[in-house]
Amino acid sequence: MSFEAASLERVPVFLRDVRIRLGSRVIQDEMSFRIEDGEFIAVLGPNGAGKTTFLKLLLGQVPYEAGEVLVFGARPRRGNPKIGYSPQFRTLDANFAVRARDLVGFGLDGHRFGFAFPSRKRGKLIDQALEEVRATEYAEAAVGELSGGERQRLSLAQVLIGNPGLVLLDEPLANLDIASAQEIISLVARLCVSRKVAVMLVTHDVNPLLPHIDRVLFMANGRSAIGRPETVITRETLSSLYNHPVDVVEAGGKKFVLGVEI
Amino acid sequence: MLTELFASHFFAHAFVGGAIVAVVAGCVGYFLVLRAQAFAAEAFTDIGFAGATGAALLGVGSLTGMIIFSLLAAAGLGIMGDRVRGRDVEIGMVLSFALGLGVLFLSLYSRTSATHSMSGIKILFGSILTINSKDILLAFASCAVALGSLAVVHRPLLFASVDPAGAQARGVPMRALSAAFLAILALTTASCVLLVGILLTASLLIAPAATAVNLTNSPGRALLASVATSVGVTWLGLLLTFGTPLRHLPAGFYISALATLAYTASVVLRNRIRPARVFQFPHGNRETR
Repeated sequence: MSFEAASLERVPVFLRDVRIRLGSRVIQDEMSFRIEDGEFIAVLGPNGAGKTTFLKLLLGQVPYEAGEVLVFGARPRRGNPKIGYSPQFRTLDANFAVRARDLVGFGLDGHRFGFAFPSRKRGKLIDQALEEVRATEYAEAAVGELSGGERQRLSLAQVLIGNPGLVLLDEPLANLDIASAQEIISLVARLCVSRKVAVMLVTHDVNPLLPHIDRVLFMANGRSAIGRPETVITRETLSSLYNHPVDVVEAGGKKFVLGVEI
Repeated sequence: MLTELFASHFFAHAFVGGAIVAVVAGCVGYFLVLRAQAFAAEAFTDIGFAGATGAALLGVGSLTGMIIFSLLAAAGLGIMGDRVRGRDVEIGMVLSFALGLGVLFLSLYSRTSATHSMSGIKILFGSILTINSKDILLAFASCAVALGSLAVVHRPLLFASVDPAGAQARGVPMRALSAAFLAILALTTASCVLLVGILLTASLLIAPAATAVNLTNSPGRALLASVATSVGVTWLGLLLTFGTPLRHLPAGFYISALATLAYTASVVLRNRIRPARVFQFPHGNRETR
């Protein structure tokens, strides 16, 4: 480990001049930034901008072509226990064969080989995780009978029970009604503070997140910009990112991007 | 009458052997149903058919042939892909080729002597009474290996079967696990064939597990219920075969009929056991003017 990597051991994400290529296409180029402990970051951008690919880069599932990527001071690797990841399309198969608590338990020891009997300590940890996301009420229910918002809470609990330092949430708000989305957002915001975890949340609508997030990472057109929402979601930054005139309109405390798709 | 039955060597062997096979089938079948790979089990029985007839042709034990053929097929399917569910096309290809080989071997074998012409029926429908002790030992050994391997991989296998994206993110080796499960399935189907024959293996592998999944949401309880149903159906089937006046009706018939009955009952019971969740809305549904 280089001297620099050693000093970055406590930094969730560090990128320098990173280029990601999928096949013949450069998805992202010149990504350089770092993310600190306990930061809440919204990841924005149009479809195909590389948001999910970027999360997979941190998970060690996608290689990078150039630059340097460090996750807690180490190169990305598969199955890194310091990262909690909630995928975009969580197809929960065999819906009625597991209960909410079983799904959360997967996050604790679902990846372990070998035989194990259920223990009281394990049950307690699962209860705590369910409590933390306010899902105790339906702990024993089959996953198949839960709503989208309830399943998102379980996804979050599954991630948190592994005690990660970095949480990656890929479109957790998709297909949720406004009230459920708000609940998930305030839950995540609270966890950022109470657990000191860094969170990167991919979304298409930044407005409900604006009161809670520290920075936005905006990806488009093979490039990215990161910073406070008021400096990134502006006519100048987005126009130069998209290479196309973009308008940002504010109304009722919300930001609306006009002229392009996000 | 029961004591009389158990005094017979044949019956005692069938009772113990059947239970061992049923336990393994109940466990493996549970994961099979979760992964929606019932079709794969069907394929392995056809592959086993080719193995058994091929072995007969070469003068080797039929179970040895089945195990070798099934394991080869498992390796082939494992190489073809790591998708968890379905995989209908790959499996369908392997299945039809194996069945074709089986027909070829059977035709060649039954030409070698007149006494061999009935052997196809025996392989297809099984007969625990005609199995020699060497085959039984081999079946027990493959059961033990299958059960032991399942115990080692059961947690990642459950994770990968129910929540594939989550499991992959946690670093569960999906492809290796998929191949390992197919190998376990191969050993299990080969052992089941001894009891109920090739065509009825599904009744032991699928029906008890599907029954259990209907009765409970808890994986642990479902596994126990699956094993209990499997053993219960097997024992009851054997008792009916040997203990009723209509002696020597094939055990395969009773076992498959009882398994189907258990599953049907579980479908009826399902809605009673699982209380529907009551949703409460914060307001009444009123018309506004």
